[in-house]
Amino acid sequence: MQRASDVTVVRFWAMGREGEVVSALIPDFEREHPGIRVDVQQLPWTAAHQKLLTAFAGDSTPDVCQLGNTWVPEFVALGALEPLDAPIARAALDAGDFFAGIWDTNVIGGRVYGVPWYVDTRLLFYRTDLFAQAGVTRAPASWAEWTRALAAVKAHAGAGRYAMLLPSNEFEPLLALALQQDEPLLRDAARHGNFASAGFRRALAFYVALFRDGYAPIATAAEIANVWSEFGRGTFASFVSGPWNIGELDRRLPAALQSTWSTAPLPGPRGPGASIAGGSSLVLFRASRGKDAAWKLVEWLSRPEIELRFHRMTGDLPPRRSAWRDAALAADARARAFRDQLERVKPAPKVPEWERIADELRVIAERTARGDMSVDAAARELDARAERILEKRRWLLARGARD
Amino acid sequence: MRRRAVAWWFVAPALCVISVFFVLPVAAALAMSVTDFDIYALADWRNLRVVGLRNYVELLQRPLFWKALGNTLYFVAVGVPLSLAASLGAALLLGSPLARLQAVFRTALFAPVVTTIVAVAVIWRYLLGTRYGFVNYALGALGIEPIDWLGDPRFAMPAIILFAVWKNFGYNMIILLAGLQNIPRELYEAARMDGASALARFRFVTLPQLGPILAIVGILTVAGYFQLFAEPYVMTQGGPLQSTVSVLYFMYEEGFKWWNLGNASAVAFLLFLLIFAVTLVQMRFARRGEAWR
Repeated sequence: MQRASDVTVVRFWAMGREGEVVSALIPDFEREHPGIRVDVQQLPWTAAHQKLLTAFAGDSTPDVCQLGNTWVPEFVALGALEPLDAPIARAALDAGDFFAGIWDTNVIGGRVYGVPWYVDTRLLFYRTDLFAQAGVTRAPASWAEWTRALAAVKAHAGAGRYAMLLPSNEFEPLLALALQQDEPLLRDAARHGNFASAGFRRALAFYVALFRDGYAPIATAAEIANVWSEFGRGTFASFVSGPWNIGELDRRLPAALQSTWSTAPLPGPRGPGASIAGGSSLVLFRASRGKDAAWKLVEWLSRPEIELRFHRMTGDLPPRRSAWRDAALAADARARAFRDQLERVKPAPKVPEWERIADELRVIAERTARGDMSVDAAARELDARAERILEKRRWLLARGARD
Repeated sequence: MRRRAVAWWFVAPALCVISVFFVLPVAAALAMSVTDFDIYALADWRNLRVVGLRNYVELLQRPLFWKALGNTLYFVAVGVPLSLAASLGAALLLGSPLARLQAVFRTALFAPVVTTIVAVAVIWRYLLGTRYGFVNYALGALGIEPIDWLGDPRFAMPAIILFAVWKNFGYNMIILLAGLQNIPRELYEAARMDGASALARFRFVTLPQLGPILAIVGILTVAGYFQLFAEPYVMTQGGPLQSTVSVLYFMYEEGFKWWNLGNASAVAFLLFLLIFAVTLVQMRFARRGEAWR
């Protein structure tokens, strides 16, 4: 916060593509708010986390920041973020207009720390022609239908081609399957892992079977040199991924193939299932000295019409239902599956340790998929690793209870 | 006594720099390695616990630490001899009186050392590509099935070793080349007069004369190769199946990805002890070799 004459400068950090694009929106904001100048700084995603922690340690955090919503719990634990309940109430920002699962990622200990900026979730991308050739004319809605469809597609595809791609270095598809279960992933206020629960073991067994039964190859994303062209070639007929791939496939697949792919909500154990509540939020830092001006920027960026402009520039999906009433977005068949899925998204456990546990999940899932360990052994191992990672959390909670 | 005081004044600037940039950070890291410094401690100092040697004890019980150690030892055990052999071979070729265009080759072979690792890693990833990579294309011509270099846990480390050797051998080559050029010509002439073959001249003239330089180069290379980090960081991010996680990569993830600086410092000290021990052994061997000569 510097004050040059009577102009307030808001320092805004944004990441990756969003950081590049958002600058184009800022002049309109500044025209509406003559007393505020926004200084956008773009961070690459790979360096963002470390840079934010360093900024916190060095007391030089920005006023507003884009924060991946899985990072919110960590920065709340640091005490770096400003609670937004009061400004949200003052601005009469309608929380009910946001998708509930997405909004929930920003609520920690009953207080709101971020406003969703754009949303991200994982669902099914599939080749409608390859599925139809195998006799599957409707996207699967339940696990049983999904397995049947994959078996048919694989049988029709023959050797060297697969019904699906699940890169073994991504934990998200398994996490989505696990979030579809009734049991939480961590238990007792996230003091312990809950991976030995029947629900998680069911999800892991289903996931591992996709490899074991030959529907998906065991491959990392790096091995598939170009996921989009291999999808176009039919090397695999479906994959689980996020909204950015709508734009990628639009751009990268030839026109002749454009009518051959579509999206569908993620199948669940019994009919349409949940998926991950992802995306980024806008947060205010507690150390900011220009919170009023900073909040004005957050409020402005959260207007449905601005969210729509941002969507047209980036392909990022808006977090407010009212923005989805836009004619172009509502008519987009591939985005519609996301609209449907977003009503059924759940946040990953909201503790700072989760990202680390998710990394263990990725490692153990890959070993299980490769047949190095059984589902039950994997569940036990995950519980043991989570137990160690959560040790400090248990100590803090016990001390907090004593004080 | 006065002269001694004056002497202290002369070394004071150097001592200041060393204590600020070396002793202080090392002491801080040592102190940190007996605490559980993490993001909670970053938020509030009262969340910091002094845990004594627990970080070390727990590290020694972590399978991933042992895996990282095993990967690093594999890299050192295979990479160092390969690297030294490549350096020595290239130096011998360049040093040969038959070599033409010596300056050109010397520059070309040294070039990988000074290029940015990130840039050449991109090119190597293309070369090692499973479907369209040149390496598999060349192997295919010999009738060998395509190898998934960076995706198969059995081949990722060999690929990293190849890449590291290619990237680094030029440096030692220059040092060894200088060593070769320092060997008096008369020794070779005398050996030839005695009827020594080319192999015997290499065995009984070149190697003993290069001995001290080879020992130094060996020690530096081992210490350098133990600190394997950039290659897996840019090529595989430690995968697949953690087959390319090195000790330093493990430390980086502990420290800067998970912000467990206490643990990361403990890893750093364990690695220091290991390198220190290995270097001591090497020095002893080098000294014994010297005495024997």
